[in-house]
Amino acid sequence: MSKPLDAIIIGAGHNGLVCAAHLARAGRQVLVLEAASQPGGLGATREFAPGFRASVAHTLPQFGRKLVADLALENHGFRLAASALPTVALCPDGSGHITIADGTLSGACAADTAAYKAYQALLQKFAKAINPFWHKRPPVLGSGGLRDAATLGLFGWNLRTLGKTDLREMMRMIALPARDLMDEYFHSPLLKAALSWDANVGSKLAPRSPNNAVIALLYRMSGDLTGGLPLASGGTGGLMDALAKAACANGAGLRLDSPVAKVVVEQGRAVGVALASGELIRAQKIVSNADPKTSFFQLLGARHLDIQFTHRIRRLRTDGYVAKLHLALDRLPTFTGLAYPGGRLLLAPTMQFIENAYDEAKYGGYARRLPMEVLLPSLQDDRLAPAGQHVLSALVQYAPYTVNGGWDAQRKDFLDNAVASLAQYAPDIRDCIVASELLTPTDLEQQFGLTGGHWHHGEFALDNWWMNRPTYGASQYRTPVSGFYLCGAGSHPGGGIMGAAGSNAAAAILEER
Amino acid sequence: MSPMVRLRASRDIAHIHRGIMPTPFHSRSSRLNLNQQWSQWNGFASAVYYADPQLEYFATRNTCGVFDTSPMRKYRFAGSDAAAMLDRMVTRDVMAQPVDTVAYNVWCTDTGKVVDDGTLFRLGAEEFMLCCADPGYDWFCLAAVGFDAVAITDISEDLAALALQGPTSCALLKALGFAGIDQCKPFQVMRFPFGSGRLLVSRTGYTGDLGYELWVQPQDAELLWDELFTRGGVYGIQPMGDESLEMARVEAGFLAPDVDFHGSLHTVERGHDHSPLELGLGWILNFRKQHFSGRAALIAQKESGNYRRLLKLDIEGNKPAQHSILYADRKCATEIGYITSALWSPVVKANIAYGLVEAKYFGGQIWAEIYHQKELRWQRKVARCTRVTKPFWAPERAKLTPPPDC
Repeated sequence: MSKPLDAIIIGAGHNGLVCAAHLARAGRQVLVLEAASQPGGLGATREFAPGFRASVAHTLPQFGRKLVADLALENHGFRLAASALPTVALCPDGSGHITIADGTLSGACAADTAAYKAYQALLQKFAKAINPFWHKRPPVLGSGGLRDAATLGLFGWNLRTLGKTDLREMMRMIALPARDLMDEYFHSPLLKAALSWDANVGSKLAPRSPNNAVIALLYRMSGDLTGGLPLASGGTGGLMDALAKAACANGAGLRLDSPVAKVVVEQGRAVGVALASGELIRAQKIVSNADPKTSFFQLLGARHLDIQFTHRIRRLRTDGYVAKLHLALDRLPTFTGLAYPGGRLLLAPTMQFIENAYDEAKYGGYARRLPMEVLLPSLQDDRLAPAGQHVLSALVQYAPYTVNGGWDAQRKDFLDNAVASLAQYAPDIRDCIVASELLTPTDLEQQFGLTGGHWHHGEFALDNWWMNRPTYGASQYRTPVSGFYLCGAGSHPGGGIMGAAGSNAAAAILEER
Repeated sequence: MSPMVRLRASRDIAHIHRGIMPTPFHSRSSRLNLNQQWSQWNGFASAVYYADPQLEYFATRNTCGVFDTSPMRKYRFAGSDAAAMLDRMVTRDVMAQPVDTVAYNVWCTDTGKVVDDGTLFRLGAEEFMLCCADPGYDWFCLAAVGFDAVAITDISEDLAALALQGPTSCALLKALGFAGIDQCKPFQVMRFPFGSGRLLVSRTGYTGDLGYELWVQPQDAELLWDELFTRGGVYGIQPMGDESLEMARVEAGFLAPDVDFHGSLHTVERGHDHSPLELGLGWILNFRKQHFSGRAALIAQKESGNYRRLLKLDIEGNKPAQHSILYADRKCATEIGYITSALWSPVVKANIAYGLVEAKYFGGQIWAEIYHQKELRWQRKVARCTRVTKPFWAPERAKLTPPPDC
């Protein structure tokens, strides 16, 4: 690179790539530094057994059309393997599965089917009111800035124009536990468990926990790629490769196998990075796609920050509670009572079942029977497994980051529990397994540089949302150290394969000059 | 069933049973405290005065006074990150502070408000002692977040301390056999073998005069007191209590926590805490060193110029302006601030005070509304105040090495 660098992006996860692509598109000289051997972070599609490939993040509920268009991702190879996966709440005895697809239920009682329409309609109204704000820089209170005032004003306006009745309901519901919300609308325990799943998955929360249930549901409704639950072709890594190509096509550089050890600070300003190899690279701006704890403690150092700010970063809740399970299957397992397992399968008969699993995890244990979200992406995309064989990709709750005895000791037992839990629904699963990969929160932390193995880089919750994400003082992608920025899931709006944090960060950076 | 929590009976907890704790010098100081006038400082008995506060005051100005500072909180910071951790916490350059020196410091919140002030002793490359009037362990632990190699220990009870302050203090220490003490520079630390261990002497104090602070293990405390008072008669030694020390520290231009300012962590009302700039401590803000907590906020405040000023005031007349409100005019129409400390200074022979004045008014006229009693009858007087920029009392001998007359 002949010209001096405008920006270095630390981490080629999807937000880092999105941020790099936007900056490069605006003519900035950008270099992305990635510790791993392939781009994409948790979205990368990796071979976990010979011929079998999977990505940790396996669906794209939050991805938006605008980003696909802005970065011309289709020109760079982005395709969908499925545009609208149905969600199937599996009944343990195979007799009464409930399917959620295209905004309607099948297999549920008439009352629940009707209630679901009303429930969806109300949530969609709420989602519409706050949707614009996922893609805007959060405001700072009392900044005196016009943009902040405008964002706050629009927020107020959008809420107010919900009308008195709906606004009142939104204020009542916004911090409700998922269980209360479900009990208000539905009868079927199976349906309630399934609909509560997205309210809590990924957080240290369960159906009875107040805080983020509704906001998490609305967040998940922010994607508009297809109107359903999309699956990328080539696994989520297919999208990651397209993002990397888009960034590079716009002129960004991408260096793999280049872990950053430290951000170099001179006279209170971030001026470059030191690689683990000892190499020093300078740039005008250093943008970290790492989680806030890694960014501020490991890369930057508390030395350069104020005391109370440092403490707020330390207090971020970053313990992951989800394990990722990848199974290589030599044939398609048979799920009892399900003709074709081609959807997102939820294995949780009741909210109480989820809650019980959570109770174990709170105290460092895990349940004998584990709730999970299961996908067989090879059904949609035959490149993920050898011909006729399959990949099973599952989110398994709850796997506490600090498990009693440590994960080295618990790994086999946890895997046995997960497989036994699967076998309740697919009795022949054990006979199909040729290889497995279990990624505990500790594994996610070690392999992806993710503090606590938390896929949101820090709890996605009301107290850690919008102008408090990751905390005030760093909520506008700028940090207290000039020249140092955040662009990852720890910033607004949060995790999930969305890219909004990367886009918003790029917009904030581009505005500065 | 989980077992019930068993609380210890108060009689089994030594200091609760006693109510107020004795310092390591108490066996000696209580013998001299004729009226048994004690205040409570961090749970310890601290003499208000021993016999006569005026006499004690004049001793520290003309011979020497001894004040028991054992209730001070003392913290040890040790480890390879100690210097960096402290440098990021306090406002002066710790990295450049030489070993065996002391530096007066403040530490601030992110918004640049003073948490507390104190003296930082560098006792080794990786060893420090921080002394402050109030407990601060919780803040120091917060300030150590992100620094792995620093151990913070509350050593308050492990060290007894006396302040020996006044023109004859150096001569007395020399007479006690501490050879070379006359070569000890202001804010320097020296060590001497003493009793069962050693004596740490720092040329520091709270009176603005020539003086030393003596740090000793508690088991050697009584020995230190006895030696000072056995030899000290000819040097005019007097024990001094809170009242005389308070007079001396105002004359010297020093601040008292909870008198002139409140630590930011202890205030509730907005604006009731203070930045170092407001307190006249701009001189210990080092903006050229590496980052310290509150730096950005303080630079912004300094550039704005829009902050209150704690002023040193010389007030006409001889009635101390205690608790007075300050005005911009004789008619007391525009209120602009208030007095934090005030006294008639016998040594300066002036009516002195500190007043906190709003940013808009510190350059203009300042009037104090003083209430005073004459045979129980309250009188009101409005007195003109004149700003003073130097400490009221700063004798040459306080800076000289070797000090005169020793």
